[in-house]
Amino acid sequence: MSLHRITLKAGADLNGFRKAVRQLVAEELAPQHVVFAIDDAPGLFGDETVADAPPVSIPKGVARLIEQVVCHHDPERYALLYQLVWRVLNGERDLLEVASDPLVHRIDLMARSVRRDLHKMHAFVRFRRMQGELERFAAWFEPEHYILEAAAPFFVDRFRSLDWTILTPIGSMRWDRAALAFGPPASREEAPDGDSFEEGWRGYYESVFNPARVNPTAMRAEMPKKYWRNMPETAAIPGLIQTAAQRVERMIEQEATMPAKRTPERAIQAMWDQEPKTLKELNAIIAKAGPLVPGATQAVFGEGPQHAEIVFVGEQPGDQEDLQGRPFVGPAGKLLAKAMKEAGIDREKAYLTNAVKHFKFEQRGHRRIHAKPTAGEVKHYRPWLMKELELVKPKLVVALGATAVLALTGKATPITRSRGRAQLGPYQGYITVHPSYLLRLPDEATKREAYEAFLDDLRRIHDLAQADLDTGELPLAAE
Amino acid sequence: MDEKLSKKLRILADAAKYDASCSSSGAPKRKADVGGLGSTVGTGICHAYTPDGRCVSLLKILLTNYCLFDCAYCVNRRSSNVKRAKFSVDEVVTLTVEFYKRNYIEGLFLSSGIIRSPDYTMEQMILVAKKLRRDHGFRGYIHLKTIPEASPWLIEEAGLWADRLSINLELPTERSLEQLAPEKDGASIETAMAQMFERIEEAREERRHFSPAGQTTQMIVGADESTDADVLRTSAKLYGHYDMRRVYYSAFSPIPDSSAILPLKSPPLMRESRLYQADWLLRYYGFDVDEIASSGEKGMLDLDVDPKLAWALKNRHRFPVDVNRAEREMLLRVPGLGARAVDKIVVARRHTMLRLEDVARLTSGLKRAKPFLVTTDHHPKARLDKLDLRERLIEKPEQLSLFA
Ligand code: SF4
Repeated sequence: MSLHRITLKAGADLNGFRKAVRQLVAEELAPQHVVFAIDDAPGLFGDETVADAPPVSIPKGVARLIEQVVCHHDPERYALLYQLVWRVLNGERDLLEVASDPLVHRIDLMARSVRRDLHKMHAFVRFRRMQGELERFAAWFEPEHYILEAAAPFFVDRFRSLDWTILTPIGSMRWDRAALAFGPPASREEAPDGDSFEEGWRGYYESVFNPARVNPTAMRAEMPKKYWRNMPETAAIPGLIQTAAQRVERMIEQEATMPAKRTPERAIQAMWDQEPKTLKELNAIIAKAGPLVPGATQAVFGEGPQHAEIVFVGEQPGDQEDLQGRPFVGPAGKLLAKAMKEAGIDREKAYLTNAVKHFKFEQRGHRRIHAKPTAGEVKHYRPWLMKELELVKPKLVVALGATAVLALTGKATPITRSRGRAQLGPYQGYITVHPSYLLRLPDEATKREAYEAFLDDLRRIHDLAQADLDTGELPLAAE
Repeated sequence: MDEKLSKKLRILADAAKYDASCSSSGAPKRKADVGGLGSTVGTGICHAYTPDGRCVSLLKILLTNYCLFDCAYCVNRRSSNVKRAKFSVDEVVTLTVEFYKRNYIEGLFLSSGIIRSPDYTMEQMILVAKKLRRDHGFRGYIHLKTIPEASPWLIEEAGLWADRLSINLELPTERSLEQLAPEKDGASIETAMAQMFERIEEAREERRHFSPAGQTTQMIVGADESTDADVLRTSAKLYGHYDMRRVYYSAFSPIPDSSAILPLKSPPLMRESRLYQADWLLRYYGFDVDEIASSGEKGMLDLDVDPKLAWALKNRHRFPVDVNRAEREMLLRVPGLGARAVDKIVVARRHTMLRLEDVARLTSGLKRAKPFLVTTDHHPKARLDKLDLRERLIEKPEQLSLFA
């Protein structure tokens, strides 16, 4: 039987190879009857239309391997790949799993070499700014394999907003911020011969080198010499290696100095000074940091006397609070104020704040719908809340709802089970529902009932605040 | 790039080079938005290697090398006489963006000496990250060094902008910390690590951005009396408690203008390399600290052979191991077989019986492995018990490849 000759285009001709495989498999031609030739004069045979044979089904792993190995510069690549395909289709479907098989091993090494070249191209291309008004960049690079197209997506994803060109001996490509175009092989002279940041970069490269650890072998293993001529920083290498020993000697010879007697007072002072000492200072810090949850026009701080006896902690500001920049001014806040009044708690003397200082919401049309902060988000705000309480030093902390409990204790606890007196972190506390819960109840009867229970809680809170919390003695015989 | 900026860059890069972590790995894959700049790839990229074999991936610099603190092992301590400099926030942003556009770097690794106050310093660092992300749509990698003495809310903010946060423990024991870093305190370092750990976990579950590439730390080796076993015990704790992505080991290196309370000599670089190997055994090979420590003497690892080989030599009764039959756990303990080679063996032997030449195609460490394994055509027999086995397996110390 005579040899069947397949001619493929120069470079990585994945499509050509695919077509060839279909045809060869359809004709049941074993690898020993096929030779693959590469046509170095592009365009001559061009897109000669061969009728497409039916597709061949091969395992994904093999298909992926083919995509990589067609990029290899070894002229034998197609023949080896066809051997692989042939064996996979003839009884050895899981051939790739036998990594110890000589053919699999060899193809695997080729694939690795291609992947490495790709990786090195992504790493070692150095763009230089082109002369001219507009910001345009170009680079000259010499890859080992036919990887130009395979390397392109990386550069597009990364430098989407830049106008860049990469020139190589096997082809070129340009991204103009909108589309990618491939062009003919280029020469080094077409790329700019310098860039104003290169000297700074070289200086950086020199400075991060530690002469006490000189090890050129390890460097060359990862950055083979063939890449050096297109990397501006490598010009520094000979000098760095030459002077390394000397530099180390000098460091060692230099006698160790006794630490100059500078006391740590300033450092300790600085650490104390940075602590916010008033609510105003703390609030300034919160305002500056910006929201740790998405949304919000402004931070909403706590409100009330600096040394209030009771602190009420809610969940987060709502729509109204966010706009006015004050806590508990919306519908839930109004309900709370009413209940406080009925329970005999002077709102002016209490300190009201929220676990989360920004309004988290979802926009639905014109409405901003409250979105519950996640546990992680609540905890972002926790250090601020703790500092706030430290500054107020209340006798009693009231957690309104589950989010407040989470913020105060660091742990999620269901309200139904923990309602009532509780230890909230370092504080004596009381857990009850959030007033917005009362607003959400569907029918009037339950609403009234729940409101009564809430009122009961507030009355107890009122009494507790007046009691000696350590002994539990109440001034009135309420408990 | 103007000359003044170049000069500062030299000083502040030089001062940052003793930090071993430069990796840009672990961030979720991101692409540039329209009008934005930068992307991340899972494993990170080394854009160059310096003649010490180390990878240059991030622009690794200090915001300033002025410092109020006086940690003895550090070039930047307030009592040292090195040249000082300070970047403005905008200068760091410009350098990062311009270097990035030229494909020199994957992103920024920013650390700093402590000026004015820990909070002030941390705020400036956060500001750099914020400006990069917000003003430049920068989607490259950002690693921020956290200052454990800074207020906890700054850690909360830092994680929103950074891909990775880290605090260097630097010394493995509380006692050494007291001696060599008088203003630092182990407890506040651990508190901060715990805070980051918690937040990183929560954010991962809630699919929010908070230091998605986790946290890392570094220990200096050879600046104090700690043994390798001490160091590894601390590492195991850090991996276990705080889910560290990596613990870096940095052999104490003579630094210009060094302090008299430090040892005069640097430890052999090989010690650092052995620690990295031991660290891998801890994380990927199912060894525990005591087993690794028992492979050396008096808590120090064997410098002549790698810790897995050292362990095998002391536990010869567990070998030879049959590649065609042994459990994966035991294959992982064979010297010269890496985790990847083991995985390939386990898959391949489902289809075929492995001979020695087959194994040779799966690992480059066959020479070390040979005395410890059995294939269809090979059995070490009495060779495993020969007294000179260790001597014959010692590698010539010509090439010392570091993981860092
Ligand atoms: S605080 Fe940091 S920069 Fe300052 S001396 Fe200590 S290690 Fe060095």
